[in-house]
Amino acid sequence: MPVQVLIPTPLQKFTADQATVAVEAASVDQLLQALEGQFPGILARLCDENGKLRRFLNVYVNSEDIRFLDNQGTALKDGDEVSIVPAVAGG
Amino acid sequence: MGVPVTATLSRSTFTGLRCKECGHPYEAGARHVCEDVCFGPLEVVYDYDAIRSRVSRATIEAGPTSIWRYRDFLPIEGEPIDVGTGFTPLLKANRLARRLGLANLFIKNDGVNMPTLSFKDRVVSVALTRARELGFTTVSCASTGNLANSTAAIAAHAGLECCVFIPSDLELGKVLGTLIYNPTLMAVRGNYDQVNRLCSEVANTYGWGFVNINLRPYYSEGSKTLGYEVIEQLGWQLPDHIVAPLASGSLFTKIRKGFDEFIKVGLVEEKHVRFSGAQAEGCAPIALAFAEGRDFITPVKPHTIAKSIAIGNPADGPYAIDIANRTGGSIAAVSDAEIIEGIKLLAETEGVFTETAGGTTIAVLKKLVEQGRIDPGETTVAYITGNGLKTTEAVVDAIGSPYTIDARLDSFQEAWSRAQSAHPSS
Repeated sequence: MPVQVLIPTPLQKFTADQATVAVEAASVDQLLQALEGQFPGILARLCDENGKLRRFLNVYVNSEDIRFLDNQGTALKDGDEVSIVPAVAGG
Repeated sequence: MGVPVTATLSRSTFTGLRCKECGHPYEAGARHVCEDVCFGPLEVVYDYDAIRSRVSRATIEAGPTSIWRYRDFLPIEGEPIDVGTGFTPLLKANRLARRLGLANLFIKNDGVNMPTLSFKDRVVSVALTRARELGFTTVSCASTGNLANSTAAIAAHAGLECCVFIPSDLELGKVLGTLIYNPTLMAVRGNYDQVNRLCSEVANTYGWGFVNINLRPYYSEGSKTLGYEVIEQLGWQLPDHIVAPLASGSLFTKIRKGFDEFIKVGLVEEKHVRFSGAQAEGCAPIALAFAEGRDFITPVKPHTIAKSIAIGNPADGPYAIDIANRTGGSIAAVSDAEIIEGIKLLAETEGVFTETAGGTTIAVLKKLVEQGRIDPGETTVAYITGNGLKTTEAVVDAIGSPYTIDARLDSFQEAWSRAQSAHPSS
């Protein structure tokens, strides 16, 4: 069973309007590469030229911010849910 | 730069959206991030020449006593939803000033804003006006409480469907103050950052107007009016120093934008204003980054009584740090005990009962004075953003209790003498 990825609205143009996609990946870094394999062009939106996730994007694995885990090295296993969420204002 | 012009109605002064990071232009729709380039936040772009030609101190003073006297600076095209939001009192706080050792202290009291007693009425009035213009029939938000109150109330007034999301552990007053307007209320088991993440996911698939997500560029502009009003209420002058609470950091950046815009169009003389921010120690990602000299935020998991500002992953945190650094201001955090003392101090000296966010602001104000970071003679404005009656749980164990007496003079006299020894008159 692969990893489920929740795609934010602004990126759904890369995924043929799918809000959820499935990829095979053992880490967040691998997941980013796997997304690029399936949806060419999406990686340049997610990461800067150094391959780092853009600072206004939050990535969660099973609801936990990867900055509380191992950032882009965070391990993934089958059945995990990864959510990509642009930063939002609050209150 | 070529910005698409979509808002062309005669009264509109805004021309589109633009990425705050890379400058990429977008049409003025329901979108909040730079989806074509860098995912930075989008900001409204105005035609300041048009504003300058249209606006003067006199035209503003002749406008309604609400935020809509500044409508030329706000991103709407048609008639606003005007529920009397804004133009809240600016109090000269002489007794609090004396207690702290200041001479020119003012309190901007948005705890009595309309209709729901917090500064959020400003942002929601703008967001729902724009939501209606963009054709939304259902509005929503992720909220620490005040935003839910405001969204539910103003949606009720405007006849919009409303579904709002809050963390499930909020104060009773904030839950009740939402439910009374009969929206659908989702109390999410989790903290605000988790609520926000869920709402982003809901926004992906439901065609709703989320005031703090896909309507964020419009919503956040409402906070600028807290800058405009202070200028006008100080007699068309800028203060020297402001102190405001920091949650996402948006309010802080928009007060600054409001000051800058009034300078830009010639409504007020330019002056250097220092910006200082207040956080609770139990949720201080911006204060921590500031103290460590970082320009990036490391998220935290909130644990504080100041729930209305308990955002562990503040989107505008980097901008707030930049403003504090560039203006020579400061960002400090205070403990829950200090927050309660701050609430009591403001109430006892000025007759203003604020919630925990306001207690945080007053406690940080006190701390900054003690650290010598505020000059006693400076014209300082502390922004009080919410009302204490919504968070009574925070202070219920820290205040006195009534003397219960019989309806007889001797019972009163006995209690009065006990009261005199408990509260010797100063």
